[in-house]
Amino acid sequence: MSVTNLLNNWAAVRHFHPIDDKPHDPYKWAMAIDLDACIGCNACAVACYAENNLPVVGREKFQHGQAMHWMRIERYWNEDSREFPDQGAEFLPMMCQQCEAAPCETVCPVGATNHTQDGLNSQIYNRCIGSRYCSANCPYKVRYFNWYDYPTTDNVWPAEMNYQLNPDVTVRGKGVMEKCTFCVQRLRAAEVTAKGEGRIVREGEVQTACQQSCPTNAISFGNLVDPESRVYKQWKAQQVDLAKDEQEKDKREGGTDLRGYRIFEDLRPYPSVMYLERVRESAV
Amino acid sequence: MKDIREDIAWAKINQDVMKSLENPRPLYWVILFFAVLTFGIGIGCEVYQYQMGMGVANLDNPHVWGLYIATFIFWIGMSHSGTLLSAILHLMHADWRKPIYRFAEAMTTFSLMTAGLFVMVHLGRLWQFYYAVPYPNERWVWPNFQSPLLWDAMAIFTYLSSSVLFLFVGMIPDLAIARDNMHSGWRKKLYTLLALGWEGTDRQWRNFRVTYLTIACFLIPLAVSVHSIVASDFGMSQQPGWHVTSFPPYFVAGALYSGCAAIITLFIILRYVFKFEDYMTLPILKKIVRLTFAIAMVWTYLNCIEFASVWYSHDAVSKDLLIQKMTGPYAPFWWAMIFCGSIVPLVFAIKRFQTNIPVLFATSLLLNLGMWLERWMIVSPTFSHGYYPWTWDHDQWPSMIQWGIVFGSFGWFTLLFMVFCKMFPSVSMYEVKEMVYHRTLHLKQNGASEQTVEQGVH
Repeated sequence: MSVTNLLNNWAAVRHFHPIDDKPHDPYKWAMAIDLDACIGCNACAVACYAENNLPVVGREKFQHGQAMHWMRIERYWNEDSREFPDQGAEFLPMMCQQCEAAPCETVCPVGATNHTQDGLNSQIYNRCIGSRYCSANCPYKVRYFNWYDYPTTDNVWPAEMNYQLNPDVTVRGKGVMEKCTFCVQRLRAAEVTAKGEGRIVREGEVQTACQQSCPTNAISFGNLVDPESRVYKQWKAQQVDLAKDEQEKDKREGGTDLRGYRIFEDLRPYPSVMYLERVRESAV
Repeated sequence: MKDIREDIAWAKINQDVMKSLENPRPLYWVILFFAVLTFGIGIGCEVYQYQMGMGVANLDNPHVWGLYIATFIFWIGMSHSGTLLSAILHLMHADWRKPIYRFAEAMTTFSLMTAGLFVMVHLGRLWQFYYAVPYPNERWVWPNFQSPLLWDAMAIFTYLSSSVLFLFVGMIPDLAIARDNMHSGWRKKLYTLLALGWEGTDRQWRNFRVTYLTIACFLIPLAVSVHSIVASDFGMSQQPGWHVTSFPPYFVAGALYSGCAAIITLFIILRYVFKFEDYMTLPILKKIVRLTFAIAMVWTYLNCIEFASVWYSHDAVSKDLLIQKMTGPYAPFWWAMIFCGSIVPLVFAIKRFQTNIPVLFATSLLLNLGMWLERWMIVSPTFSHGYYPWTWDHDQWPSMIQWGIVFGSFGWFTLLFMVFCKMFPSVSMYEVKEMVYHRTLHLKQNGASEQTVEQGVH
C-alpha cells in the first residue's frame, strides 16, 4: 500500500461489507459441508496435516491446547447423561471460514492477514509479528499459533521424515500465526494453468485436501461465481446468500426442509463456508 | 493540620533533599537488592521464552493472550496518576501536590517503560516488532492503521516521550540546585549538563513557567487518550466481555485508581527511606487517600454500570460470560477483585485510618492487587468462555515463566524508580519553597488566626 493509496483510496483497499465489494470475478472460493454425511472419521484432518506441513505436536502439547489442526473435527454430545455409544455424537468439521468481513483482518497491527481478490482470507507469515490479536478476535478460534519452533528445536520432522514435507507449502517457524488457506497452493496452481489456457478454472479441477480425502463426500468446494459448480448449486438450493446475515432456514417459522446455515452469521463476518444441518430421525 | 511547616528555612530544604541523593536509610539497599533479584529472574524467564517460543508461557488456543497483556494494562494504568498529580492538579493550583508530584511523574515514566516491555515480551516474533511502526521503506509497506494495537503503540510512545520531557523540564531548577550543591565528581558534571545553564533569572523563570504549563496542558488529553486506546484494544473487538461501550472511561478510572494506590505505597516508602517526613507530611497523605477513595467509588460505580448493562441486555453470550466470571474457574480471582477494589477502599473512609501509615500501606497494596486482578479478569475469562463452545473446556493456567516475567517487571520498575530517586531530587525543592512561601504569606495576611489559615490553604 502506498501513501497515495492510503490517502485517496482507503475504501478500495479494505473490504468493509461484501455488498460494497466489487463482484468476485472470476473466482469466489467457497465450501459446503454436509453434516449429515460427516461420519467424524478425521480423514480430512489427517489429509490437512499431510498437505499443509502441519507439525504434529505430541500428546503433552495437544493436552495444553497447542495442537495445530487447521481442520478439526469437533465432537458434541446430544445426550450427555447416557453412556457411550448412546450419547448421540455429532461432528462438526471446523476450519477457517474465510470470512468476507473477517474480524481478524481489521485488528492485525501489521496487516499480515488480508483479503484476496478470489475471496480468501490470506495470511502472510513473513509479515506476522505474533501479536495474536487476530486469534483473540476470531469468533471461531480457528487460528493456530506456532508456540514452539517446530521445524528446528522441536524437531517435528527429523532427518528423512522431512521428505514427507510438501514442497509447495512453507514450513512455518516459531512465533507466527497460521490457519486454513483453502489449500491456496492448489488454487494458485490451477488458476495459473487455467490462465495460461485462456479460461477459468473448471469445476472439479481443483480440490482441497480435506475434500479429496472425505470418504462420504461431505465436503464440496469450488467457485461460488461459477453456476456450474456443485458448491454454487448447493448454496442456491439452500437459498444461502453470501451477503446476508440471516438465511431463509432461520427466517421461516415452524421449520423448513432447508438445511443450509453458516456459523455465527449474526456476528456478520459473512463466512464462506455453508453447513448443511444434520437430518434428525425425529424430523423425518 | 497543615500541609507543611512554615518555618522550614530554604537552605534546610536544599540540604534535606540533597541528603536524599547521598545517604538514604539502609532499607534503600535492601529494596534495590530485591529489585535487581526479581528483575534478574524476569530476564532469565524472558531469555528462555525467546529461545523456546511462546509455548513455554503455557498459552494455547484459545488463550492466546494471558498475563502479559493484563500486566501491560496494569502498568499503563499506573502511569496515569503521575499525570493527574503533576499536570491536572498543577492547573488547578493545588499546592499540596508540590512535594509529591516529582516522584509521581517519575512513576508515570517508569511504569510506561515497563508497559512497553510487555508489548515486546508478548510478541511472538519480537525481533520483528518494528513492523508495527510506520517507518519509510522501499516497498511502501505500512502497518494496518485500522488496528487498535497500532494506535496503542503510537499513543504509548507519544505519552512516554511527553512524560519524559515533562519530568525533565519540571526538574531543571532543581538540577541547578543540585549542580550548585554537589561536591565535584561525575554527578556534578551530570547535573551541570542537565541543568542547561539555569541561573534563575527572571527571563528564565518566565520561559520555564510557560513551557511547563504548555506541556502540562498537552499531557492531560494524552493521558486520557492513552488509556482510552488501550480500552479500544478490547472495546473495538468483537468478543463478549470486551465489546463494551463504557470501556474507555472505565479503563481511565481504573488507571487513576491503581495509580493513586501506587502513589500511596511509594509515598510511604520514600518518606521513610529518604527521611522526607518534613515534606511528605501526613496531611498531604490524607488528601491523596481521600482522592483515592473518591476514584475507587467512581470505579465501583462504572463496574456496576457494566454488570447492569450486560445483565439487562439481550446479549446472551456476554451474560453467560459474566455468570462464568462469578461462578467459573476464575471466580476466586473475580471475587478477590471485587473485594480488593470495592470493599477494601472503604477503609479510607474512616478518618482514623486516613493517616495510619501501616494500615494505608497494607491497604494500598491490596488495592493494587485488586486492580491487577481486574485487568486479568478483563483479559482471560473472555478466552475461556467466548463465542465458540468448542473452546469452553480448555483450561489454562499461566506457567512459571509467565509469572516470572510478571514479577520481573515489578523488579524492573522498582529498580528504575529507586535509582531515579537516588540520582535526582525526588522532592521538588523549588516548589516546596513556593509552598512554604505561600503559607507564610497567608499567615501574614490573616494575622495570628490559625483557624482561617487552615481553611485558606489548599
